[in-house]
Amino acid sequence: MRMQPNAQFDGQPVPEGATATAIELSEASVTFGRGDRAVPALSKTTLKIADGEFVALVGPSGCGKSTILRLVSGLVQPTSGVVIVGGREVAARAMRVGMAFQNPTMLPWMTIERNIMLPLKIVEPFRSNFRKLRKTEFRDKANALLEQVGLNGFGNRYPWQLSGGMLQRANLCRALIHEPRMLLLDEPFGALDQFTREELWAILQNLWMTHKPTVLLVTHDLREAGFLASRICVMSARPGRILDDSRVGFARPRTVAMTFEPEFVALNQKLRTFIEDARSAAEQEAG
Amino acid sequence: MFGIDVRQKAWSAGLIVLFFVAWELFCLMTGMSDLVLPRPSQVFLTLFQRFPVLWPHIVQTLATTMFGFVLGVALGAIIGVSKTAYDTCYPLLIGFSSIPKVAVVPIFVLWFGSGTVPAVLTALSICFFPIVVNIATGLATTEPELEDVLKALGASKLDILWNVGLPRTMPFFFASLKVAISYAFVGAVLSETVASNRGIGNVMMTASSNFNVPLVFAGLFVLAGLGVALYVVFSLIEGRVTGWATRKNDVIAT
Ligand SMILES: Nc1ncnc2c1ncn2[C@@H]1O[C@H](COP(=O)(O)OP(=O)(O)OP(=O)(O)O)[C@@H](O)[C@H]1O
Ligand SMILES: [Mg+2]
Repeated sequence: MRMQPNAQFDGQPVPEGATATAIELSEASVTFGRGDRAVPALSKTTLKIADGEFVALVGPSGCGKSTILRLVSGLVQPTSGVVIVGGREVAARAMRVGMAFQNPTMLPWMTIERNIMLPLKIVEPFRSNFRKLRKTEFRDKANALLEQVGLNGFGNRYPWQLSGGMLQRANLCRALIHEPRMLLLDEPFGALDQFTREELWAILQNLWMTHKPTVLLVTHDLREAGFLASRICVMSARPGRILDDSRVGFARPRTVAMTFEPEFVALNQKLRTFIEDARSAAEQEAG
Repeated sequence: MFGIDVRQKAWSAGLIVLFFVAWELFCLMTGMSDLVLPRPSQVFLTLFQRFPVLWPHIVQTLATTMFGFVLGVALGAIIGVSKTAYDTCYPLLIGFSSIPKVAVVPIFVLWFGSGTVPAVLTALSICFFPIVVNIATGLATTEPELEDVLKALGASKLDILWNVGLPRTMPFFFASLKVAISYAFVGAVLSETVASNRGIGNVMMTASSNFNVPLVFAGLFVLAGLGVALYVVFSLIEGRVTGWATRKNDVIAT
């Protein structure tokens, strides 16, 4: 079962190696700490993501999903194995990466607007024009994004003046503003109500369909994974590895109504079974 | 909030007035000789009458202090910002800062002669330690999560220092500046008292050997006034730069 493209939801077979590889983890393990206090977070994970793919990563809490994102973005080095992103070992130097962290860490001394413009200040080609355009074009860009996620007029507030869900939406804006070729999203909609969440799904799907960035989305919401992703990877309990890798072939643009159709429900059911098995296996091991 | 703020300020002002009134009354009632403790009204009068003579000395002290202070801030910032430099210099710094500066002034005088240079050096050497320690602490306690935001974008070390480390350190930095400016005054005046023919420290020294006690006190008042004035200046800048840290709702977004 492992690593096999699942043909059930996808009519045509996936042409292997037809597109360039964006992300490649080969036998990558991560262990935090040393000696007695070592915590294995990820064990020998192999994962290959093609350019322009939308991959969702699901699995029980603490299984190493965030760790995979941190590996890809170069914030963590693999203890063993290799991580290659965009043909190089350091993601951010190889291509423009937009990352939304699980905890929306806004810099507390900057307004939301300036927080969102931060990538433009750092990343080329925006960087060279930052001084010139930050009061005009770039600010408009930030405000357009804020408007899209329903944060109209909150640009000049400070982070502590926003609610958790609002911060999370601002966090998403910051990941998108520099038009990255790769998006790493760590539970970007976790703190939102169902309706806002579904609105943002549509926005993200739209963005992906027009610009085709490579997306790696971590989520606990199986409906979300099914709605957005073209491929879903299920991870085992800690130390994580990938148990199942299935393709999702529903036609795009997908709608919320589709998520209640029998095929979609069957996919959810299947994913649920995997995660349940993974959890009970972990409990047996521990007990 | 507003009402409490105003009331607080009224209490502070009231306390200052009360202090001077009590002092005045105490001197009047005990018939204290102004050779021992002059009345505040005498001190203010002296200050007013002798102001033209005092002015160049005030300028001298202020200039020396600021010069030493600016050098101290620069040196402190350079050492504090670099973790390697800080870790390397730390033991030496502690040793150095434990030496009473009174003991060092004669050495400075021996090297550079009496006058402005030893005063600047004393001010510098006494004020830069709190700055080093505070900048280093601020940088060391910066949340890695904040740095990760920039690291994920491929930012250089300098970018991270400039956009995360330094802004995060500003509250610590200003706290140390307010301490350091008083220290710088102490250092400059100390050195002027021992070895200089200019500056408020020298004025007070001369005045006390002439038993002109009101003038000595006038010098003290000048120093206190300068100290308060500079403290206020830094507080105002601090309010603008680090308003985020105190979560003032009225901070103005620029
Ligand atoms: N900096 C760290 N130091 C030590 N252990 C860590 C560190 N970061 C993560 N871990 C451990 O690694 C494991 C995987 O963490 P990770 O954050 O990747 O989980 P996750 O799958 O994202 O979980 P969740 O769904 O709850 O966010 C956890 O068990 C955690 O205890
Ligand atoms: Mg996580």
